[in-house]
Amino acid sequence: MKMPLSQKVLFYILLTIFAVLVFFPVAYAFLISFMTPQEVLMGNILPRSFSFGNYEQAFERLPLLRYLLNSFVVSTIVMAGQVLVCAMAAYVFVFLPFRGSNLIFFLFISTMMIPWEATMIPNFLLVQGFGWTNTYMALTLPFFASAFGTFLLRQHFLTIPYELYEAAQIGGVGKLKFFWKVVLPMSKTSVITLGAYSFLTTWNMYLWPLLTTTNDTVRTVQIGIRQLQSNESATDWGVVMAGVMIIILPTLILLFLGQKQLQKGLTQGAIK
Amino acid sequence: MKLWKRSVNVRVGLLYLLPSIILFSMFVFYPMAKTIYLSFFLTNQNGLPVYFNGIENYTYIFSSDEFRNSMKATLLFVIYTVPVSVLIALIMAILANEKLKGIGFYRTIFSSTMGISVAASAVVWLFLFHPSVGAFNNILKAINLPAVQWLLDPEWALLSVSLTTIWMNIGFNFLVILGGLQNIDESLYESATIDGAGYFTKLRRITIPLLSPTLFFIITISLINTFQSFGQIDILTKGGPIQSTNLVVYSIYKEAFVNYQFGTASAQAIVLFAVVLIVTILQFKFGERKVHYQ
Repeated sequence: MKMPLSQKVLFYILLTIFAVLVFFPVAYAFLISFMTPQEVLMGNILPRSFSFGNYEQAFERLPLLRYLLNSFVVSTIVMAGQVLVCAMAAYVFVFLPFRGSNLIFFLFISTMMIPWEATMIPNFLLVQGFGWTNTYMALTLPFFASAFGTFLLRQHFLTIPYELYEAAQIGGVGKLKFFWKVVLPMSKTSVITLGAYSFLTTWNMYLWPLLTTTNDTVRTVQIGIRQLQSNESATDWGVVMAGVMIIILPTLILLFLGQKQLQKGLTQGAIK
Repeated sequence: MKLWKRSVNVRVGLLYLLPSIILFSMFVFYPMAKTIYLSFFLTNQNGLPVYFNGIENYTYIFSSDEFRNSMKATLLFVIYTVPVSVLIALIMAILANEKLKGIGFYRTIFSSTMGISVAASAVVWLFLFHPSVGAFNNILKAINLPAVQWLLDPEWALLSVSLTTIWMNIGFNFLVILGGLQNIDESLYESATIDGAGYFTKLRRITIPLLSPTLFFIITISLINTFQSFGQIDILTKGGPIQSTNLVVYSIYKEAFVNYQFGTASAQAIVLFAVVLIVTILQFKFGERKVHYQ
């Protein structure tokens, strides 16, 4: 089916308008990140030169490298932990159902209706009581179990023929081996989706790190950018925007690489 | 022996479920119960309950102007944010679902805000809203309109924060809706074209009905997420001016971690929980009926 040229042009115009509107704040911040305070003050749109002075400044004024490393470590741990914990739970619900396992499944799913913010006060007290303030433990462990993740993986595991499991049982393949060598590799799409999603959400987490970090040891970039903004914005927006560019780069790259995957995986989990 | 063998699924199953059970108990169920418990107490500086207060905390928050105002602001914020961000994302997804050259580029741009954190987005928008050097006032000046105090004027602040939030949500909404569109069977459109249906007829008769489960899902998720907004408030307005953007999570945060009133903060948290629960149930009760499943 061929689209008439006029219609095609119309589509491109609309697409471009939306693209400009959506991307304008980021593009503008990118340009600002190369400007001196005077240029910002004059309301310039293009910087006089693309020098990385502001980026160097951002690294000098904040332990940004430390924060980046922290964010990377925290996000990676949550990603791995969440995929593993959720996959193990989903495996039971699909391949090892027992009397009452459905009830447990619904109990897990019901946690989706509890907003994290409604439980943050006791969680904060708990983590503080364990002496976990300013540790990776506080930033990672609470997020390993996830109703969304369990649900997403369960949906995918359901598409694996149960006969395969029975055959493996008869063939003497252990349950752990079947999980590790068959189920996980066969669910690569969903595992990657969940991994990318949990990395992204952890990297972008704001309120919890704000509560549980009081110094630089494990503080993440999101809190760093807040610091940079409140210290510098009166004087130097260029440096602040350089900081913004540095912290959004990793997630933007991840999103661009995994966009197709995420889109497929998220809708699968949502609809079926 | 037979029983031992028959119960193998239970034993192995529970072992695999153990991490989830422990973690959910520790970080969701126990804290939820504790929040309910704390909401009936007055607490000391260390968050320890010292005095049983009955439902006093609840009567207190519901009679306080501050909390009532916070609920009103939150409701308005949700009304400003959710419908618009879903609608814009829907239009973008329909456009980006066309098979055109270079469409991948547009899809990447459209989904990009999902990769940008709340903190980073808020800082960027803080600059756009800046009274003297911000882009918005520069544009207004260029077309000879008076400057707007986006974040400092109580009339504008909530709208400004909503605008930021709409932008932040578009990426995720777009990605989910586009996924829903791509699940629709291609042949339906082909037969409709043969029957002579135009672009908008197809949109109304095929796309929207078949997309309704996805739309239902994204509206529910957006509602829940919007009720929980915090980062943009903390960075853009700190709840002000004159509490016009003091959304409920920010209010809880202030009550608990600035004023150290864990009791009343917990009561507010329970209200938040109840609202989210009711919205979810209503959505499923009334939304689900209007949804067309393929």
